[in-house]
Amino acid sequence: MISVRVQTEAFDPGVELAALEELGGGGVASFTGIVRGDGDLVELLLEHHAAMTGAAMETIAAEAAGRWPLLGLTLIHRVGALTPGERIVFVGTAARHRGAALEACAFLIDWLKTAAPFWKRERFANGTSRWVEARAEDAEAAARWR
Amino acid sequence: MAIDILYFAWVRERIGLDGESVTPPDDVVDVAALIDWLATSSDAHATALADRARIRAAVDQRFATPDTSIVGAREVALFPPVTGG
Repeated sequence: MISVRVQTEAFDPGVELAALEELGGGGVASFTGIVRGDGDLVELLLEHHAAMTGAAMETIAAEAAGRWPLLGLTLIHRVGALTPGERIVFVGTAARHRGAALEACAFLIDWLKTAAPFWKRERFANGTSRWVEARAEDAEAAARWR
Repeated sequence: MAIDILYFAWVRERIGLDGESVTPPDDVVDVAALIDWLATSSDAHATALADRARIRAAVDQRFATPDTSIVGAREVALFPPVTGG
């Protein structure tokens, strides 16, 4: 079961985890990304290449499914305007054993950060805004899986 | 042949367009040459595309490199390094 979604609306990790738990494996791992309120951030705007995002996420999902014996994986990425404390991204994996579930989960979030066409813009309380810069650490984290 | 160019994030803002349809000359055969050629279209293009090290591309919705061919491509997207997740 591979489920890939790009959406503006919120998601419920509990519902997503329950679906993965029903697949009969011995382990479910997950990562939930949350908007941090650093530096008086009031809003995070997620832009994406709408025609390409789904395919890029499917490619990442297929790569994980090829590397680890997964029973299921779920990728959800939100777009649009988000406020601090809101969930922005979810990765969930189910496998017979914990190793595959945990490793695939880490791989999926590392690659989602570097191999899917999303861009974040931060808006602050004083009215200023700026585009988030890509971080070298993210590229290094993704590269360790190559 | 005409190619749809799409711009995202600060590349879009600096150029002031979501995208445009262009017909590059025949000797513009890869992503690097296309960016060089687009940078000559206006001051805004030149400014937005000045720092080539910070420009990434996708050709027909697949991530590309500067030497990726654009021959026969229908769409090329230009954008900063991605920051999702």
